[in-house]
Amino acid sequence: MEPLARELERLRWRSRRGLLEMDLILQRFLDRHLATLSAEDTRAYDALLDLPDNDFLDLVMGRGSLQDESLAPVLEKIRQS
Amino acid sequence: MTLTRQIFDTVIVGGGGSGLRAALQLAEAGHRVAVFSKVFPTRSHTVAAQGGIGASLGNMQEDHWLWHMYDTIKGSDYLGDQDAIEYMCRKAAEVVYELEHFGMPFDRNPDGTIYQRPFGGHSQNFGERPVQRACAAADRTGHAMLHTLYQRNVRARCQFFVEWMALDLIRDFEGAVVGIVALEMETGEVMAFQSKATILATGGAGRIFQSSTNAFINTGDGLGMAARAGIPLEDMEFWQFHPTGVAGAGVLITEGVRGEGGILLNANGERFMERYAPNMKDLASRDVVSRAMDQEIKEGRGVGPQRDHVLLKLDHLGADVINKRLPGIREIALKFAHVDPIREPIPVVPTCHYQMGGIPTNYYGQVVVPRGANPSEPVPGLYAIGECACVSVHGANRLGTNSLLDLLVFGKSAGDHVSEWLKTNPRHRDLPRNAAERSLERLARLDNATSGESVVEVAADMRRTVQQHAGVFRTGTLLDEGVERIREVAQRARNTAIRDKSRVFNTARIEALELENLAIVAEATLVSAQARTESRGAQAREDYKERDDKNWLKHSLWYLQGSRLDYKPVNLQPLTVESFEPKVRVY
Repeated sequence: MEPLARELERLRWRSRRGLLEMDLILQRFLDRHLATLSAEDTRAYDALLDLPDNDFLDLVMGRGSLQDESLAPVLEKIRQS
Repeated sequence: MTLTRQIFDTVIVGGGGSGLRAALQLAEAGHRVAVFSKVFPTRSHTVAAQGGIGASLGNMQEDHWLWHMYDTIKGSDYLGDQDAIEYMCRKAAEVVYELEHFGMPFDRNPDGTIYQRPFGGHSQNFGERPVQRACAAADRTGHAMLHTLYQRNVRARCQFFVEWMALDLIRDFEGAVVGIVALEMETGEVMAFQSKATILATGGAGRIFQSSTNAFINTGDGLGMAARAGIPLEDMEFWQFHPTGVAGAGVLITEGVRGEGGILLNANGERFMERYAPNMKDLASRDVVSRAMDQEIKEGRGVGPQRDHVLLKLDHLGADVINKRLPGIREIALKFAHVDPIREPIPVVPTCHYQMGGIPTNYYGQVVVPRGANPSEPVPGLYAIGECACVSVHGANRLGTNSLLDLLVFGKSAGDHVSEWLKTNPRHRDLPRNAAERSLERLARLDNATSGESVVEVAADMRRTVQQHAGVFRTGTLLDEGVERIREVAQRARNTAIRDKSRVFNTARIEALELENLAIVAEATLVSAQARTESRGAQAREDYKERDDKNWLKHSLWYLQGSRLDYKPVNLQPLTVESFEPKVRVY
């Protein structure tokens, strides 16, 4: 497979989390969007994956606010998935 | 084939709470430690623990480790080993204060001492009245613990191998464990890691159930490694269930929903708990509610196209109560059940939460196996801690807040015991020439298979089989059929094929390897449950409703080789106090 495909596989593995809630949410997002993510969205998703699970879940549930506004479009896609 | 080899004093497989606690003990003692983790350590499943750490600090009311010990033994339905339970309860205060010293942000009392919460099953004076014993950091105790331990390990220069999957143990001709074989996900490279001591800390395998609160990473990799290396798995029939997980997702709906007036309904719209518990109804204890739900489903009164769940109705409470008193529940229902509980009931099902059994160990964390007349002979160089281990402090049923305590106490004691072991075993034993053979064969099969079973399908069949045949409510007929089916599934799990043959971050390959481990745990569960003709703790059999201390006050040991069972006695002798004799459990 080409390098981009491997990069997406890396993101797929990093979407394995410590919280079941996040596993389920990210699995739905990946099923819907992984194949068509833009380069910018890919970067933003990668950055979101660095968040601790509980903070990430709070963001998805609308209980926290993002420090970096550039991540907002992907977060919205995750919320809608 | 020559294999790249690296050498460490100690190899730890798993970077959750217990692995990090053991690593810290060893790294701070100056040993070369390598920790292997499939995911970044602070994203281990320990992060999901909210309840707290049980320790008889006595900050709220008078408390004593002996009362904690009694609660634990009673909770275990007398299957817990009393030496290990005494050890854990006596060490609890020490490991909590150490964690405080490491920087853990515990909730505090106005006078600065650690605040302690009430928790089910925690009592003063041998069951007389409730006591506040749970030390917590808001609702993020596990999260805070992982971050605290991880930072401390980085400082102690522990070496982390992140996004590596351990494949197999390496044993030499004398049976000693001399290292592991592991796979780096980023490159697909397989390496041998030679060690003087190896600690398995891979967590539970709750993903064998269709409905599970466990994260996807909980695939019992350490249990698979141990079983393939000829080590038995202990008490695998005992799994703790929570009554209300969202059907099809597993996400927990807190008991508070029923506390506020939520009720359970079957397919006929009947409030069935009135039949099972006329007084307490929907507020009966966890196991009573779980069994009733399971019986309704088994008898054909389940809801949905598969008739595989029941309903939790709360719309009669009104939007105000739901929004004010049950914050977060509406979000969870919308997100994971796709229903708005203000208008519709939530589909729920009893959900697997915690694995009481595991790799047999003593309270030093040494893996122990029967040999000759000795039921518990240590395997040189091998340790297991945390949920993957069976010490056994949880017996047939775990007391709330003892899981995090278990990680800390036995993580530390294993670390200390390994330090001693390294003094008397200063040299590495030789790696056998065929050290990686088993792992390489498994990988070669996956790489070469052009046709075979789908991993996704076999995994789904496994989870369905375990859920249907080894759920909350078990019967001889169900278990007989279940054993037959799970053996077929286990066979199929060894004959999967994957389309993606790439080496770089090949998630499909990892999932095929994980499935092999899960299928081993699933078979151990069914076979052990089938043989145990009694009800004790989490094993509830319709055909053997009573606990049978005369015949079954013993631990199950299941061997992968021949799928055979053996047994060993429960240790009823504590270290310094009188034995707690088995009594009927009344709460």
